[in-house]
Amino acid sequence: MMSQKNSRRELVLVGLSHRTAPVELREQVAFDGARTEQLSRKLQANQMVAEIVVLSTCNRSELYAVQSAACPANTGALESSFAASHGMLPASLNGYLYRQNDGDVVRHLFRVVASLDSQFLGEAEIQGQVRDAYLRAVAIGVTGPVLNRLFQAALEVGKRVRAETGISARPVSVAFAGVKLGERIFGNFMGHCALVVGAGAVAEQVVQHLRERGVSRLLVSSRTREHAEKLSQRFGGEIVPWESLSSVLATPDVIVCSAASSERVFSRGMLAQAMAVRSNRPLFLIDLAVPRNIEPSASELYNVYLYDIEDLEEIVEENRKARAMEVPRVEEIIAQHVSKFEAWQAATELAATWAGLSQAEKVKLIEARAEQIHPVSLENRQRWIQQTSALLEAERDVDRSDASGRPGRMRSSMRALRILFGYGEERS
Amino acid sequence: MNTPIGFGTAALYALSLVFYVAYLYANKPRIGRIATACLAGGILLNFFNMVERARLVQSVPYQDLYGSMSLFAWLLGLTYLGLEVFHRQRSVGPFVLPFILVLFLVAEMGPSMPSSPPPARGSLFALHVTLNILAYSAFAISFVLNVIFLIQNHVLRERRPGATFWRYPSLETLERMSRSSVLVGIIALGIGIVFGFVWVHRIRGQIWEADAKEIASLLIWTIYCVYWWLSQTTAWRGARASYLSVLNFLVVLFSYTIVNIYLSNYHRYF
Repeated sequence: MMSQKNSRRELVLVGLSHRTAPVELREQVAFDGARTEQLSRKLQANQMVAEIVVLSTCNRSELYAVQSAACPANTGALESSFAASHGMLPASLNGYLYRQNDGDVVRHLFRVVASLDSQFLGEAEIQGQVRDAYLRAVAIGVTGPVLNRLFQAALEVGKRVRAETGISARPVSVAFAGVKLGERIFGNFMGHCALVVGAGAVAEQVVQHLRERGVSRLLVSSRTREHAEKLSQRFGGEIVPWESLSSVLATPDVIVCSAASSERVFSRGMLAQAMAVRSNRPLFLIDLAVPRNIEPSASELYNVYLYDIEDLEEIVEENRKARAMEVPRVEEIIAQHVSKFEAWQAATELAATWAGLSQAEKVKLIEARAEQIHPVSLENRQRWIQQTSALLEAERDVDRSDASGRPGRMRSSMRALRILFGYGEERS
Repeated sequence: MNTPIGFGTAALYALSLVFYVAYLYANKPRIGRIATACLAGGILLNFFNMVERARLVQSVPYQDLYGSMSLFAWLLGLTYLGLEVFHRQRSVGPFVLPFILVLFLVAEMGPSMPSSPPPARGSLFALHVTLNILAYSAFAISFVLNVIFLIQNHVLRERRPGATFWRYPSLETLERMSRSSVLVGIIALGIGIVFGFVWVHRIRGQIWEADAKEIASLLIWTIYCVYWWLSQTTAWRGARASYLSVLNFLVVLFSYTIVNIYLSNYHRYF
């Protein structure tokens, strides 16, 4: 009889996300660096898991683990540790936690990194967050061959999805849409000046994007002096007194308006005058205010590009629809990588099974295989057995001499399987 | 298609066009790379095709209209490829490739039988022709860039960006690319015209013959200089300059076709 050494190390996932838990609970169970390290080390030291990666973002807290040989199929213990590390009772997470195994874990992580499980389809941050979580686990030393392979594959999925599909191609926030439209005019904002009129959350987001994209000069103006000072301190801008607005109008290339005003801040005439002074250099206007700060007919002026909040919202809505249409292509890429990962998993498990066989069992297998290949000629069968045995012996010698431990044994097992069955040639 | 090389060139240009269009919609870098590779292959085969044509007619490949069109297609491809590599910008490809393909197809469909060549020999003459056609290629690319500019500008002003809008170069980049392209054209055409005058002086003993082609070439050189100046210094920058560039290219087309065929005394094919 063959030895029944269990080579199967199940992949498990325990976690919660914005789909299952409210933000208050997600805040309570977030893992910072220290908590991640503490939990990972504890679970590994107690031999509850063989490998572990903790992924914690504002939308999710998840533990990806490979069961330890000593403690198989123990998601309950994992859930308890998850709750305990935040000083909570496991029962308090009932109904919020989800658990998955093996192929489902692989698919789930690939969907997460591809942003299919995000609040905003196509968001880019999750790729970096998954990478950081993985690198942290590597630094702590709690990953192994399975999670290394899984997370590297996940990062590859994220990269491909963003490069090969339009899931992240078009902006889906009003602020970002405004900035991206500006880029369609100027290419980039280096060497350009922006003026922000008034204050508001979306206007601040626009300014933040502009600053991140290297806008060279920022002018800030508000009816309330404190607002202008706050904004200028936060983003490093120069304050323009409200009364002097018309005198600086020829300077900026981008104007973001968000002032609470019942009257127009900029009339068509003022802008026409400014365009004459700036020799018709293009002027990009984003009017986020309601009622609008800029006279709508200013959009007819030569080289003036005016977008109000309604225009931007329509564009964002269009883009959301366009992103949703990319989902089947993303799913296709995910399916390819899930199959690839599962094939690798199967190959390594098979190799581990082979390595666990006794010498007698291996001989028996070789003989059975020889009979399959050469069912008639006894002479050929004997020759094949001799050649194969010699090859396997040689592989074992190489393996002993490089003394590389478990990965070396795994390589040797894979070679043996290749010689015997031609298995895993493309995949190891 | 007269030869396997000619067929291969046309096939590669056509494939390149298909992949460029697919790239614009699918946004897959691999498709873009295939498009560029097909274009590079087409340019290489186009070169061998011109060599073959020259061998067949026992003369320079541009001694007839069709030969000069083949050279035009080749230089257009080469100039565009340089621009694409320099600016790392593939989204202009779907607009340039149709010109290359049509020029090459027309060149290939025409007869390439030996004819009595004009006294068109020597490196001065070759440089005159090559530089002038290079200038036409640069102007053609500027035309394409300005058409994209006008479309992009229209979309921005109408506030209705579509799927491919986000993948085109920015207005400023298009203007910059167009200006560089026109500058190359102005320099090439300027030198080409001077070489032409020197060459005509050698064979006829006088520089100026008031030939329609000479007048048209000088006119083209002047209107492109005007575009180049207006596009960056005055209130014309933007769409107005782009319209001017499009009009200028119509003059180039007029010079290349009507002037060559009906009006010029000794310029027939370029």
